[in-house]
Amino acid sequence: MDREKSKIRVLMAKPGLDGHTRGAKVVAMLLRDAGMEVVYTGLRQSIDQIVSTAIQEDVDVIALSILSGVHIPLSRKLMARLKEEGLENLPVIVGGIIPTKDSAELKGIGVAEVFPIHSSFESILGFFNERFKKD
Amino acid sequence: MDDLKEIEKKKENWEKELLNQKKYSNASTSWGDDLEVVYSPDNLKDTHYSKEIGFPGDFPFTRGVYPSMYRGRLWTMRQYAGFGTPEESNAHFKYLMEHGNMGLSVAFDLPSQIGFDSDNPLVEDDVGRVGVAVDTLRDMEIIFDGIPLDKITTSFTINPTAPIILAMYMAVGEKQGVSSKMIGGTLQNDILKEYMARGTQIFPIEPSLRLVGDIIEYCKENVPRMNTVSICGYHMREAGCSIIHEVTYCLLDAIAYIELALKRGLDIDDFAPRLSFLMGCGMPLFEEVAKFRAARRLWAKIIKDRFKAKKPESMKMRMFSGCLGTAFMGKEPLNNISRATIMTLVAALAGCNAIHTPSYDEPYEIPTEESVLIALRTQQIIAHETDVTSVADPMGGSYFLEHLTNRIEEEVEKEMARIEEKGGILKAIENGSVQREIADQAFELERKIQSGEKVLVGVNRYVTDQKEYEGELHQPSKDILENQLLRLKKVKEERDNEAVKQALHEINNVASDGSNLMGPILSAVKAYATVGEICDVLRNVFGEYQESAW
Repeated sequence: MDREKSKIRVLMAKPGLDGHTRGAKVVAMLLRDAGMEVVYTGLRQSIDQIVSTAIQEDVDVIALSILSGVHIPLSRKLMARLKEEGLENLPVIVGGIIPTKDSAELKGIGVAEVFPIHSSFESILGFFNERFKKD
Repeated sequence: MDDLKEIEKKKENWEKELLNQKKYSNASTSWGDDLEVVYSPDNLKDTHYSKEIGFPGDFPFTRGVYPSMYRGRLWTMRQYAGFGTPEESNAHFKYLMEHGNMGLSVAFDLPSQIGFDSDNPLVEDDVGRVGVAVDTLRDMEIIFDGIPLDKITTSFTINPTAPIILAMYMAVGEKQGVSSKMIGGTLQNDILKEYMARGTQIFPIEPSLRLVGDIIEYCKENVPRMNTVSICGYHMREAGCSIIHEVTYCLLDAIAYIELALKRGLDIDDFAPRLSFLMGCGMPLFEEVAKFRAARRLWAKIIKDRFKAKKPESMKMRMFSGCLGTAFMGKEPLNNISRATIMTLVAALAGCNAIHTPSYDEPYEIPTEESVLIALRTQQIIAHETDVTSVADPMGGSYFLEHLTNRIEEEVEKEMARIEEKGGILKAIENGSVQREIADQAFELERKIQSGEKVLVGVNRYVTDQKEYEGELHQPSKDILENQLLRLKKVKEERDNEAVKQALHEINNVASDGSNLMGPILSAVKAYATVGEICDVLRNVFGEYQESAW
């Protein structure tokens, strides 16, 4: 089945044990309204599961939603796994409860952008527009 | 007393002569009612004081569940706490109690809540993060070391693994020489809301409900002072649902648990007195106070009329309230102290029986000692420096408040009927419609925030360039995992592994044959079986919950 190459595909992932889905769902709905295809992984995904789903679903972006404080170790693990799979160019964004000082560290690991709670719709959509603008 | 007709006439004149002379803004309730500019006795002309409002401690309990309310007993200041190692949590509980915290409220880490041991490689990053790590009875013994179980009550925010934690608490009590008939507290044990909003469920719905039923039944005989469930609306509200839906889902879940217990042949008056509730207190002060009063009244009517209870104790909605963490903002976090004050005041004005006040750094991390102290002091200042506790239900009789109480009751009843007509709450959870409804409402709320329609000071109005908070945040200690692994290894070496094997085998049998699992779980816990070992047996028999696609 041909998929519309023009639609951006996003994997909205809940890594680790955190069970809160409000932000993940709100952002997924925002992105779907903006014309993107969002695959929501459901809860309790391991890094391996996230990477294999990302490959299987041929996504353009991986979005991690984390509210349990484990954003740094999990992002590290994800970036390492992506590198192993030769996917270091697949952008990763992280949202949730992220103290400001951790944003810099996350970007240092290779995370493309960080969206703490109540990030504006504008900034989130702006990221996608910038990243995937048609030349 | 004024003639109502006279009041209505005067109001009409006032609107014409005074109010409508100048423009004024609209206001509405969160469910869309237009609000008048002022409320007066004519708004309550159909309200029957004796029947609908009544007196505190008396059916329908609109004004509170106890006759003298805070003059008989102040609300319990119960700050949710726990992190890292059992030793750290023990020290932290003692710190809180030294500073006036009146009851313990234990926060467990996610592995403990979801039935994984600290030595499971899948969970290493989550060990000790959002609460204390508990693998075996040894950890619980340390948490409560030097804390007399006959002198305090403890609330446990624990759901699918509640039977295990209950068993551990009983065992700790036993070692202290305190019988299980004397220990008291609350088990959250509200599995339905996990599927809806909180996400720590392990097993499918049916066996999970069976475990809830096992606890209700077991405690009736063996742990009579334990509140067996804390039925929650709070989490769905934090997940984004409306005030009306917070009460709706909470009451529908409560009805499901009651039907569960009744099916086992228990009498309503045998277990209903030990059901308790948890709802949030938020910023819309009047709607919130009205919400608690409406919920109490509705609950009393449901227990009396629908379930034919005879004991007044069964009809009392004892309420723990936590200020909504989602009302706290990351920008200009000290503003959250003002927000916490308002929301805590709401809980006190609403006659809640226990209160948790979050700390101002809630948007970032679990609290520091400094920030949790401010939160505790907020409760103490309201309790001792204001006159809120001088009388029961001090806002009662406010024309606006009584009007809102009536309206919320009506809207909740309507929503409950709608869901029940569609097949009930269990069906709604199974087919994902509740989860979708909550997500839709969350999106709508976020849209209003993004557009500025819903004002958040410092966030979408009066925004400055102030840098994000750079104050001290709670730091998880570095050796949590190492300490837990060392202890767990030691426990496994020192315990009677044959006894553990037998105990687990017994759990397997009882899980399959349907009788009460508390007995076998208690035996296993006393033999130092781990949370993970017990849950793995149950996973094997019950299977694991499969989330439906979204």
